[in-house]
Amino acid sequence: MNIRSVFSPKVEIPPSLKGALGAGTVLALVGLWCILTYGGITAPDFLAAPHEIAVAGWERILNASLFGHIGSSLVVILSGFAMASVLAVPIGILTGSFGVVAAVVEPIAGFMRYIPVSALIPLLILWIGIDIEQKISVIFLGTFFQQLILFADVSARVSKDLIDCSYTLGASRRQVVWRVLLPACMPGVMDNLRVTMGWAWTYLVVAEIVAANSGLGYMILNAMRGLSTDVILLGVFTIGLLGLATDMMFKALRRRLLPWSATF
Amino acid sequence: MLTIEDVTVRFELRDSPPVTALDRVSLTVEDRQFSVIVGPSGCGKSTLLRMVAGLQIETEGRVMLDGAVIQGPSADRGMVFQSYTLFPWLTVQRNVEFGPGLKGVPRAEQARISSDLMEQVGLTGFEHAYPEQLSGGMRQRVALARALANDPKVLLMDEPFGALDSQTRQLMQELLLQVWERDHKTVLFITHDIEEAIFLADVVHVMTARPGRIKRSLDIGIPRPRDADTLTSEEFNGYKREIMALMREESVRAALG
Repeated sequence: MNIRSVFSPKVEIPPSLKGALGAGTVLALVGLWCILTYGGITAPDFLAAPHEIAVAGWERILNASLFGHIGSSLVVILSGFAMASVLAVPIGILTGSFGVVAAVVEPIAGFMRYIPVSALIPLLILWIGIDIEQKISVIFLGTFFQQLILFADVSARVSKDLIDCSYTLGASRRQVVWRVLLPACMPGVMDNLRVTMGWAWTYLVVAEIVAANSGLGYMILNAMRGLSTDVILLGVFTIGLLGLATDMMFKALRRRLLPWSATF
Repeated sequence: MLTIEDVTVRFELRDSPPVTALDRVSLTVEDRQFSVIVGPSGCGKSTLLRMVAGLQIETEGRVMLDGAVIQGPSADRGMVFQSYTLFPWLTVQRNVEFGPGLKGVPRAEQARISSDLMEQVGLTGFEHAYPEQLSGGMRQRVALARALANDPKVLLMDEPFGALDSQTRQLMQELLLQVWERDHKTVLFITHDIEEAIFLADVVHVMTARPGRIKRSLDIGIPRPRDADTLTSEEFNGYKREIMALMREESVRAALG
């Protein structure tokens, strides 16, 4: 029995094989897509062909409407995500390390995280209206409670010995929080910001369901009415690429801000 | 002088009777003395040390340093833990300077303290490394330097070399004695390793299995400075036989419950 075979669990595969397999997957999917569309197996209003998406994209780049949609979506996503993070980082860290805060926060967070954001949209419309604030609230609610739980967990995992050790070095309670607990949480916070940023993108279409007149989600929903599968897929790919870009940005940021936690 | 007077610690447990971890323990650590407490696992020796550090509260009795009752942790009782407790976001040098920094010691003075200690523990040249890049033995040397940077009245060590391999552990013990020989700081050291206890100590306190009591205190008369040859000397083996016999009774008692 060869336990070093690529079919054995936990065996590293050569980079060339990894690259080939990855490229193969993409090519196979694109190939299948080409066969389905150019082969006439599916109708254009069911699935657009690759070049149609390129054309749709090029037109919208030339008249700049694509950038308009990207811009309004970015404003919604980034504002909602930033507000959620600014609140969730401190509250989450306190929740994970202070029993009193946990007792207050956990019943709410534990319940809220299971509520689908879409179920709250009617209330949000009644309370906040249908303007951009409503869309930002959707992203906020979708991210905040998830972040809270994740950051609380990061904070709870900070070693008790690290805290105790700081006391024996003369740190006050305040110094322990600011100089030890907070920096010790940073790698975990950065990782989870990155993960929840990905989740925030997945709420975009939900956020732009109501009374939107711009944004990638709006573009997709609007294209559905005209059965323009090329524009729908253009929107989908744009969201995917933007999501990937923010992900890479967070990775780079972490490497730059936290060079001491090299586990990447 | 560190005085532990009639200290009892009981842990309240849910659904079972309270456990007595320490039972009327009394102990004195003289100034400039290297004291080692050796005992089987679970005898409460770490609890005792944490109490001296101010991290744990006694149920009865009291712990005093120079006549003042210990009521919480403070920089005058530095501690080295068994687990790695360096701050991973600080360089080695900034780790060592952490205590003086909290006290508001001027930067130039902090740098002088850290460079002196880094030299003592043999880490000159690693000032700007992050803990992640160091081996276990090196991390514990930084932890020692960091605890000493506050110039504490007492240095507490909770099995600091317990996670290291035996070769490294031996080197660390020799290094610790070298550092200690400079100013004979008061040390209270916890271990379950009899050889480590004899090699380091002026006095070895042997503890009983739970509930922890001090079974016997032995003065170790082996002349200093000690080195690797000490470990094979006749005197050393004499102490070892004596303590092993004491410990053996306790291990058997602990194993049989």
